Amino acid sequence: MLIKPVLLWSDALILLLLASVGLLVWLARNNDTFRAPWRQVMRSRMGSSTALILSVYIGIGLLDSLHYVERLPTPAGQPASQPAQYSGEVLSALDALLKPLRENVEKTYSAPFATHLYAKETVLGPNGRETRDYPRLQHGGAHLADPERDFWADVSERAGLGLLGGWVVWLLWRSWFGCRNGCQNSGARFGLPGGACSATGPPRRNFTLLVILLTIGALLALAPHYHVLGTDKVGQDVLYLSLKSIRTGLLIGSLTTLIMLPFALTLGIAAGYFGGRIDDAIQYLYTTLNSIPGVLLIAAAVLVVQVQIETHAELFETAAARSDVRLLALCAILGVTGWTGLARLLRAEALKLRELEFVQAARAFGVTDARILLRHLLPNVMHLVLITVVIDFSGLVLAEAVLSYVGVGVDPGMISFGNMINGARLELAREPVVWWQLAAAFVFMFVLVLAANLFADQVRDALDPKSKERA
Amino acid sequence: MLNYLLRRVLYAIPILLGVNLLTFALFFMVNTPDDMARIHLGAKHVTAEAIERWKSEHGYDKPLFFNTAAAGAEKVSDTLFVEKSLKLFVFDFGASDDGRDIAREIGQRMWPSLAIALPTFIVGLLAYVSFALLLVFFRGTALDTGGVILCVALMSISGLFYVIGGQYLMGKLWHWFPISGYQPGLDAWKFMVMPVLVSLIGGIGDSSRFYRALFLEEIGKDYVRTARAKGLSDLRVLFRHVLGNAMIPILTGVVVVIPRLFMGSLIIESFFGIPGLGSYTIDAIQAQDFAIVRSMVFLGSLLYIIGLMLTDISYTWADPRVRLE
Repeated sequence: MLIKPVLLWSDALILLLLASVGLLVWLARNNDTFRAPWRQVMRSRMGSSTALILSVYIGIGLLDSLHYVERLPTPAGQPASQPAQYSGEVLSALDALLKPLRENVEKTYSAPFATHLYAKETVLGPNGRETRDYPRLQHGGAHLADPERDFWADVSERAGLGLLGGWVVWLLWRSWFGCRNGCQNSGARFGLPGGACSATGPPRRNFTLLVILLTIGALLALAPHYHVLGTDKVGQDVLYLSLKSIRTGLLIGSLTTLIMLPFALTLGIAAGYFGGRIDDAIQYLYTTLNSIPGVLLIAAAVLVVQVQIETHAELFETAAARSDVRLLALCAILGVTGWTGLARLLRAEALKLRELEFVQAARAFGVTDARILLRHLLPNVMHLVLITVVIDFSGLVLAEAVLSYVGVGVDPGMISFGNMINGARLELAREPVVWWQLAAAFVFMFVLVLAANLFADQVRDALDPKSKERA
Repeated sequence: MLNYLLRRVLYAIPILLGVNLLTFALFFMVNTPDDMARIHLGAKHVTAEAIERWKSEHGYDKPLFFNTAAAGAEKVSDTLFVEKSLKLFVFDFGASDDGRDIAREIGQRMWPSLAIALPTFIVGLLAYVSFALLLVFFRGTALDTGGVILCVALMSISGLFYVIGGQYLMGKLWHWFPISGYQPGLDAWKFMVMPVLVSLIGGIGDSSRFYRALFLEEIGKDYVRTARAKGLSDLRVLFRHVLGNAMIPILTGVVVVIPRLFMGSLIIESFFGIPGLGSYTIDAIQAQDFAIVRSMVFLGSLLYIIGLMLTDISYTWADPRVRLE
């Protein structure tokens, strides 16, 4: 075998998360009260297009979660039966797909689409004389014989081809899934984005999909030959860094929720339902946690984790495993400190539900507390949980950048939006300004967070009975 | 009312004790003082002796909760928990790991923090509420829709972008203000404008949207229809009735942060080089100075609890029906 799959802890948790979401959807597939709000989200133009953008991000994140290590070539002269040696560098499926981007490393900064390096170097002229000049890049635009003359023609040719490809794929998609005369198609039935069209409305052109496909097409055509978003200080391609950062952001947003939910659900509902001493104890717990300034509590816990990781360095085989554990620790800390808001909401809701007839009736019939909690209370607070989860997601993605800047975020060696910003923020003082790394991180983050925010709004409108009254 | 406040003060004690126990557990039990010494000494100088010396220099060479070597009451009092944790209750913060008196630093550094945080808070509250009222006044029109879209876009941008962008535009490109730094006295305003402006823009999306939702909820109620039917003008209804009735939820979110203004903002202060408590904290985090972090955690919790009490008091002022018993 040339590669050996590696399951990092975070990968395992992502799989667990996917499996549980899948199971939940499968269990509720025939439940109309469950499906109706989601269908409403997907029918709305905003809901379906933001869901599409989010799924592109999630797709990239998932590709980046399939990790493996490559087998090192057996040294010559040794018998092939020796135990295989594997490289210490953990790669992912995304790395394999982006191989040209990952390996086209320049010496230092270069601007987007540049053919020459950002910094001057001593180069050997054609006549053997040494001059100070901007050297050609080793990879970006290296196929051009004369950059000055060929650059625009080459870029526009490649970009045109890429855009054309994206457009063709879009047309194919439309003829495949798009329906003409308002028929109910399979895409809409399952609430899939893209194929969405209602039984009454006119067939919809999915422009978000078109924009995404055009972008992918153009990038596919251009990225192997140019540094579309430039390179960073050590010459890595910024597009590659941005794409790799997506997984970190998504992980922080989703795993934190996964860790937070059990706390918030059990403690919040228990406090509201049982009342009395239990309520007092749980209220004391969350007032205490809440009273500590959030960043400080996170910083304190991360500092402790950092010390533990440093003192037990021998536990981690690879650098990737170490930064992975630190990322998980960060998620755990954010989760353990972040459950209070949702718990308070759930407590108030459980307090209300406890007095309603159906709960009283269940109690009069002698149904046990555990059963009442599971069958009667939990389904009735699920909308609050879902709304909180989608609303918190975008905040967590933004928080990662800030925490990494403070120095209590992800491992400094891990590729993340926060570390990208942190590494580039001082470079605005240079002349000419090195703006591309900052801009790339901010734009990638902005699109993700904006889509998540808009999607969250749609979900809240669909699930929250209160906001429906208002609208 | 006095009775109520007294009860709240008594209730604050177990909470602060809980906070102390939590930080104590994090910094002394999960992380032993030995770990701390190792970090501060660096990998090169770690010997058993050096660790012991560092610990006794910084007062970490005591047992956690129970001192078997001491006599009488000292068995309990001459311990790390009492020395490092309980003494915070009488504002005895002790010395930081580099030997400075933390209480004095806090006393000096809270003023620059306040100089940035207070204007940000006041101007911000006014700006956010007025913007939200403006959107509600034009509800259902293109202005409202545009404003909401703007808010969502603004809140989707990373806060770091506003800081970096603001510094670049206002500081480097247009030369309006110095990029960072601080100076006490009358010249301070030059250094204050940009941080305040940047934090204002950074907060407008989130807050205005929140207030808009509050006002919209109020405006659908019956008393608003009654007020309109009496012939009150739109503006009067909005300012006197809607704003007045939305006061309780506004106060809930706002009053609680007032005492914490002393502590400043970590990000703003460290980016703009303000020598306040926020940058003090961030430096401590980056230098892994646990003594300072512990003091700031305690201070933050104390100020939060004071904020909660102020919130309750402010309810009686905003809504005469509320009585604190």
